[in-house]
Amino acid sequence: MSAFKLPPYARTMGMDVDHIEDGGVPVIAMDFADKVQGRPGFLHDGAIGGLLEMAAHAALRAELQRQGSDSRIKPVNISIEYLRGGLQERTFARGEVIRAGRRVANVRVEAWQGDRSKLVASSWMNFLLAPPKD
Amino acid sequence: MNKDEKAAGLMKTIMPEGFVFDPARGARWFTRHGHTGFLGMEYHDHGDDWIELALPWREGLVGVEETGVLASGPIISLLDNATSMSVWTRQGTFNPQVTLDLRIDYVRAATPGKTVIARAECYQVRRSMAFVRGIAHDGDIADPVAHTAGIFMLVSSEGWSKP
Repeated sequence: MSAFKLPPYARTMGMDVDHIEDGGVPVIAMDFADKVQGRPGFLHDGAIGGLLEMAAHAALRAELQRQGSDSRIKPVNISIEYLRGGLQERTFARGEVIRAGRRVANVRVEAWQGDRSKLVASSWMNFLLAPPKD
Repeated sequence: MNKDEKAAGLMKTIMPEGFVFDPARGARWFTRHGHTGFLGMEYHDHGDDWIELALPWREGLVGVEETGVLASGPIISLLDNATSMSVWTRQGTFNPQVTLDLRIDYVRAATPGKTVIARAECYQVRRSMAFVRGIAHDGDIADPVAHTAGIFMLVSSEGWSKP
């Protein structure tokens, strides 16, 4: 996949593409810093949400590229379960496209820190796909 | 001092025992610290069981460079903060809590350049959970940008923060 360019919000928050897995799925990461801190010593749940959305978006963009589609992607909704407090560590997130149809795409996303089997948050997200603007 | 004593000390400093949660003052404390402060959230208004926070538009929070539309991440943070503070507003006191789940529907894109306002309401508090809902809009609440429903778990103050 070509270099995935993160939007201004993601760069502001210190997110980057950590690596690419399974031949095309980007893992997005975010370092701990005061700007992503919620209650003292923990990640802000909103910052975790932002990271999940970025990973979902990146996974979907990669899948659409694989399909040769240049549809525009609009977020419809997200539901997040917070499973553990986010510690003062680098956090990773990866999306899995469950289905990318003609108009709608459904993506599952998970976030973790040092131990990948201990998820910090789990979520699903729906996107509306629209034809590219001329 | 061990970690828990340090945490308890911090809690007493910012939220002393028997502390009456003043939404305007409380929100101003949060909006000067950490992620909330970094995004630039501001206190807007409150009532008995609701609070409004505002998030001014800025270039660094944009999700689509070509259009200038705000990313949805800052809207999650805004709704998370506002719903969380609505619980303390309803209770009139500060109790440690963590987000159990949060669902957000993005009704439409926020207008580039406009401040987004989140109005959040805590509609019920039970023994271990607080139930919240909220709307984000950019001027007209009848034309919402996003809608949310969520649940906070009420937890003990031990280990809630790690100063």
